[in-house]
Amino acid sequence: MDIQTSQNLFQASVTLSSLPTVRSLETLVGNTPLIPLRRVTTHLPATVQVLAKAEWFNPGGSIKDRPALNILRMALAEGKLGGGKRLLDSTSGNMGIAYATFGAALGIPVTLIVPANASPERIAILKALGAELILSDPSEGSDGAIRIARQMAAQHPERYYYANQYDNPANWQAHYCTTGPEIFHQTQGCVTHLVAGLGTSGTLIGAGRYLREVSSGIQLIAVQPSSPFHGLEGLKHMPTAIRPGIFDDSLIDQTIPIETEEAYQMVRRLAREEGLFVGISAGAAAVAAIRVAEQLEGGQVVTIFPDAGYKYLSDKALWAS
Amino acid sequence: MATIRIPTPLRPYTNGQSDLSISGETVGQVLDNLVQQYPALRTHIFNEDGGLRPFVNLFIGEENINDLQGISTPVQDGDRILLIPSIAGGEYPNVADFVP
Repeated sequence: MDIQTSQNLFQASVTLSSLPTVRSLETLVGNTPLIPLRRVTTHLPATVQVLAKAEWFNPGGSIKDRPALNILRMALAEGKLGGGKRLLDSTSGNMGIAYATFGAALGIPVTLIVPANASPERIAILKALGAELILSDPSEGSDGAIRIARQMAAQHPERYYYANQYDNPANWQAHYCTTGPEIFHQTQGCVTHLVAGLGTSGTLIGAGRYLREVSSGIQLIAVQPSSPFHGLEGLKHMPTAIRPGIFDDSLIDQTIPIETEEAYQMVRRLAREEGLFVGISAGAAAVAAIRVAEQLEGGQVVTIFPDAGYKYLSDKALWAS
Repeated sequence: MATIRIPTPLRPYTNGQSDLSISGETVGQVLDNLVQQYPALRTHIFNEDGGLRPFVNLFIGEENINDLQGISTPVQDGDRILLIPSIAGGEYPNVADFVP
């Protein structure tokens, strides 16, 4: 292929003069692509589509950019942050990376409680972004990190603004204002099912609440680990975990339990059959979305892929086989 | 006897106990004895083929058993074993700080 042909092919999809110069990093949050799954859904009828929201396109690399930025903005608007006060929260990784990203961009110091079994990639990224890290007992999981954050916030209210992603309404409101409307517009209002993992529950509650308002027949489907001991990073087994204050299970039509092993297998399939190099919670979401789609004669099943696979490369068991 | 630390999510299956003294000459034997005493733990730790589930990580002191001899790693009297789930894989350079 000569250079002219190559240029013509690219220019069919990209007009160089339309490439934006942005005002700030924050303006790049959201408006992520919605990508159809094709090769892992060949067994479905043509009338059923599974579409994944590619949240690693956010500047901080995950869906958590949305709630983190909204929590920061709300706290600044309410005068709860500023003057050197530190943002404090517990996180297993992505929310921390988002806080650290926008904290750095906005000049807000960040302190994070992270379980010590978070991957070295995550810990290295958080340190690179300048966050202060306090590692919590890995035996206690994310709930142990929550308890330490609560204790520190209570002991030093003058030093910390406790962002509390699990109870902060700015979390689900970010998805109500962005993720939900984006899904509705990207599907031209044809979305029939939203399938999303439960961590804080902010994504499903926020986007789901919006979609329920504009499309009353939509089915909202939660994905969670099948048991309390699991390897589904970012997801919570709600019956045995500290229940997030923002979790409203009256919105949810169905909950699908996922085994860690089937999520791992789907992560490998998405990479090798779709070219989608995603994280473990995306694998779990895809398993559940396809399971929902298999029951349909027609519909558009939208699911959320929270992040890419880069932060999981050191997990040898995930990529083996 | 080794002491094995049970993570919070699995304590409902050990009558709420967090630290258990279990006999065994290797990590595998300790785990076998553990699930014999607490059978409800089995499906959480082992897959149907009897292998460790892929997100189960075991440390002796500061060492991940995957860097030693796996479940054949010898266990000495007084060793402390930490059982934790992977929440995003890796070598866990910081886990050793929390070995009880």
